[in-house]
Amino acid sequence: MNKLLVVSPSPHTHSGESTSRLMYNVVLALAPALAVTLFYFGMGALVVTLISITSCLLFEYLIQKFLLKVKPTISDGSALVTGLILAFNLPSNLPWWIVVIGAIIAIGVGKMSFGGLGNNPFNPALVGRVFLLISFPVHMTSWPLPIESRMSYINAVTGATPLAIVKEGLGKGDTMSVISEQIPSHMQLFMGTMGGSLGEIAAFALIIGFVWLLVTKVITWHIPVSIFTTIVAFTGILWLINPQANADPLFHLLTGGVMLGAIFMATDYVTSPMHPKGMWIFGVGIGLITVIIRVWGAYPEGISFAILIMNAFVPLINRYVKPKRFGEEVKKNG
Amino acid sequence: MLKTFPKGGVHPAEKKLSASRPIEVLPLPEQVSIPIAQHIGTPATPVVAKGDSVRVGQLIAKSNGFVSANIHSSVSGVVESLDPILDSSGYKKPAITIKIEGDEWMEGIDRTADVKKEISLSAEELIVKINEAGIVGLGGATFPSHVKLAVPKGKKVDVLIINGVECEPYLTSDHRLMLEKADELMVGIMVLKKVLGAERALIGIENNKRDAIAHLKNVSTGYPGIEVYPLRVKYPQGGEKQLIKALIKREVPSGGLPIDVGTVVHNVGTTLAVYEAVQKGKPLVERIVTITGKGVKNPGNYLVRIGTPISKLIEAAGGLPEDVGKVVNGGPMMGKTINSVEAPVTKGTSGVILFPSKESLRGEAQPSCIRCGKCVAACPMGLEPYLLNQLAQRRLYDRMEPERVVDCMECGSCSFACPANLPLLDYIRLGKAEVFAMIRARKS
Repeated sequence: MNKLLVVSPSPHTHSGESTSRLMYNVVLALAPALAVTLFYFGMGALVVTLISITSCLLFEYLIQKFLLKVKPTISDGSALVTGLILAFNLPSNLPWWIVVIGAIIAIGVGKMSFGGLGNNPFNPALVGRVFLLISFPVHMTSWPLPIESRMSYINAVTGATPLAIVKEGLGKGDTMSVISEQIPSHMQLFMGTMGGSLGEIAAFALIIGFVWLLVTKVITWHIPVSIFTTIVAFTGILWLINPQANADPLFHLLTGGVMLGAIFMATDYVTSPMHPKGMWIFGVGIGLITVIIRVWGAYPEGISFAILIMNAFVPLINRYVKPKRFGEEVKKNG
Repeated sequence: MLKTFPKGGVHPAEKKLSASRPIEVLPLPEQVSIPIAQHIGTPATPVVAKGDSVRVGQLIAKSNGFVSANIHSSVSGVVESLDPILDSSGYKKPAITIKIEGDEWMEGIDRTADVKKEISLSAEELIVKINEAGIVGLGGATFPSHVKLAVPKGKKVDVLIINGVECEPYLTSDHRLMLEKADELMVGIMVLKKVLGAERALIGIENNKRDAIAHLKNVSTGYPGIEVYPLRVKYPQGGEKQLIKALIKREVPSGGLPIDVGTVVHNVGTTLAVYEAVQKGKPLVERIVTITGKGVKNPGNYLVRIGTPISKLIEAAGGLPEDVGKVVNGGPMMGKTINSVEAPVTKGTSGVILFPSKESLRGEAQPSCIRCGKCVAACPMGLEPYLLNQLAQRRLYDRMEPERVVDCMECGSCSFACPANLPLLDYIRLGKAEVFAMIRARKS
């Protein structure tokens, strides 16, 4: 029995969980929303998604291989997730070269300039999206209409998003009862029959993805639920005070990027707090900022900015908000 | 809803291969090597010399101070040497090696299987008996039991907790003990209750041992003040603080002891040893050990004399499998690897697990932490392993103390859960050692 044995510190077993399994589960969770967007936006959605994913993977590979000179890690799935989420944040008629610029900014500036996966303070896809929104405001706010623009890409028929219609109407002094005739019903909103960026429209598909993420334990419920709760509470109060000057809470929940942002972007591991207490602070912050921008800000939608702003607070939250330690609440009685 | 501890925890695959194998007596080896430091605290002082004849149960090394334990010969024969031997740590440690001749026991040791229920001794006499018998925590921590039984002035123990959790995967020695030695266990609990003056004794058992739960519930009806509780399966429920929280919802404060919240925890193996010491006059010379692992022909549970080479145990289980890569002394979550199968079984050896080579090396660590928070969610002490890992890597040890690194019990849940396969616990251990050194330096 003179065999050389491996000697190592405990533990000697592992859960089998891996970074790539988590990432590919996010991709799976995004699949229902992708199917819906292909149904509504057809060609355009397909082109934008493929270009976004390919360029994100390509830039990650090129930067790691030639600039950082490290072993490329594109197989971990994180660049794939960034590519998908970036595409989900863009209109389906966006020219291909703008998508490519968005991917360079997302991967190059948003992620790699900070040292790659795990080190970036801001959600890379959102960095890409907000850069494009500021640089190409016209392209980034022309929204193809669902179904009718299915067969076209650049020359799709466009229209305003429900949030923009409400913002404009209220700005003109119209009441909600007048405005509500121009916007889709709640049921249509839930099913995604509205203009918008390609991945944000169908609440039901995003919720299926949420359930998948919970079942596979990729994320916990805290961040999405805290965002939803805050938005419903805040807009609910405004609505109760004056239902003619404010959209109802359900409308706020189902429109714009709330579902996509709360479920898939705010929960990005790298840029969100590490434990439930911090997650609640983060989620409530996002909810408050989103509503403030929507109701009083210049843009009709605010969740992208809200997430980025709260991303900036994550290091502070992690530093000063500690989980409840075991044995903390009891006084030593000896 | 079954009771469990609320914070953190993980669910490793149970793999209790040997659960249905009754305890067998391992045949005597040719010689045993009994280390003089098998417990936490000061090593014992040998009281025999080379060439002395000894019998089973004879004192061969004497407890050295309060936190220390007597060591008894587990065999009869001749002391061959007092030279250091390679023990399971991989280092040479002082030990008493005895060449076996026959199997002669000391007088006054009752080796019959009769269960002696009547407890005639007083609490003080019982503690003396337990101390003399060299009993330490057999769950693996090997803390001298008489120390835990000496209730300091001004403290009171109202609940005694008996640990039958066995939350480590693979291990089944406590499970078999509860099935096969239930009455002895109950008398042991009555002894401990008497020593501590506790009104109630609660036995906590994870719900994956339903036969043991049913059996003990049944047997315990014959003994006053003993209650059996099934617990939801979750690692590390066998951790003292976690078990107390699960059963009586009290939290032992940081740096405190169970006695600070009016309780004391003893493992079922320890409790059986207490019974044997007090009622049968038998010191701690043997224990139940699980031998198991993928590729082991006959996984099983054996009654093993202390000091027996682990290789004998492996032989009994069908020999060392071809592709064995790692041998672990203890459970897969907290056990220690051994570098030679000739190392002896000691008081703290609850099991020996053989891992095939394929499962012996750790998976490759990813380049970076993705800050998923799974380690934070897994930590049963409410610590932040990712942060402690970073601080230790950057040698910011002074920042680790306020982050409560000393509360870490090294259960391994963080490393187990980490999707990036980072060696979190390795760095935390390093930092913990540095912080303890800082605290000691400050005190002196």
